[in-house]
Amino acid sequence: MAERYSSFEKGGRRWLWQRITAGFLVVVLAFHFFLLHFVNHADEVTFAMSSARMESLAYYSLMVLFLITATFHGVNGVYNALENQGLTGTPKRVVKYTLIAASLVLVVQGIRTANAWAGLPTF
Amino acid sequence: MSQSYDRGLVEDFGRWREFSAGMWAWVFHKFTGWVLVGYLFTHIAVLSTAISAAGQSSEVIAANNDVYTTVIVTLESLLVVRILEVGLLAVAVFHILNGCRLLLVDLGVGLDSQDKSFYASLILTGAIVVASVPTFLAGVF
Ligand code: HEM
Ligand code: HEM
Repeated sequence: MAERYSSFEKGGRRWLWQRITAGFLVVVLAFHFFLLHFVNHADEVTFAMSSARMESLAYYSLMVLFLITATFHGVNGVYNALENQGLTGTPKRVVKYTLIAASLVLVVQGIRTANAWAGLPTF
Repeated sequence: MSQSYDRGLVEDFGRWREFSAGMWAWVFHKFTGWVLVGYLFTHIAVLSTAISAAGQSSEVIAANNDVYTTVIVTLESLLVVRILEVGLLAVAVFHILNGCRLLLVDLGVGLDSQDKSFYASLILTGAIVVASVPTFLAGVF
């Protein structure tokens, strides 16, 4: 059993970023679950508590970075998978721009939410 | 280093009966990845109630009567939601562990024990999930 399968393509940057974001997500996602299920319990989450965490610049920036990497990793993962299934031409372009638009909406909404907790403008 | 091997078309799900460990790992990784993106969109939608909550008066917020707190507390009081959260944990833990395995495979580490590390990911996921059930369900009954 020494076959080597990999979705690697020479010169592919998206492949590399998929792995870089994965490495970051391992740490943050584990931290997130631990914080919101074991340190604080999910059923005890309140606006005041979320705000207290988000008012710290370190936590706020970690969460925004988490939002952006998770969005990229998830959406790029979906796009790569469709590409591997053989999506090409116009349908591929439509999918690409739809996914980009959805990601933008998600990130903007996520930042507005983060700002609401941190007491910053939600534009 | 890079020997090639005709694995046939994995993308043809109709062949599932002939799948080996590596192919199952591939299918599970896809499935869990898609569930996680789906969850992320839902998660941000629910959390967005914080935008309205921020506009409520400080008395309402101090009394935990704002929209955000009410929505989260209501959701968390439902047994279905708690069960779905255990499912989400299972999906996330498998994706993380198997993802680390894939990162190693891509670096060429441990190629000879790929199927063993897949079984290890499965067993470890099961163990972590079972151990977390009490915490995840606490207070719902
Ligand atoms: C059932 C498990 C989960 C619970 C209870 C939970 C709960 C929360 C809560 C309460 C917040 C608000 C921040 C705070 O109070 O500290 C938050 C933020 C966030 N969560 Fe989760 N979460 C869970 C799983 C996940 C997963 C699996 C992901 C990734 C796919 C994720 C991604 C995020 C992101 C990106 C933010 C920041 C949102 C923003 O900046 O607007 N969460 N989560
Ligand atoms: C926490 C640590 C995580 C690790 C180590 C990880 C690792 C990986 C790796 C290595 C791949 C690439 C597989 C390939 O191209 O062959 C991948 C794919 C993917 N990941 Fe993650 N990931 C993590 C978290 C997440 C999160 C939070 C999401 C959702 C927001 C997500 C969604 C996806 C999706 C949709 C794919 C594509 C699946 C497919 O091929 O259909 N992952 N992951």
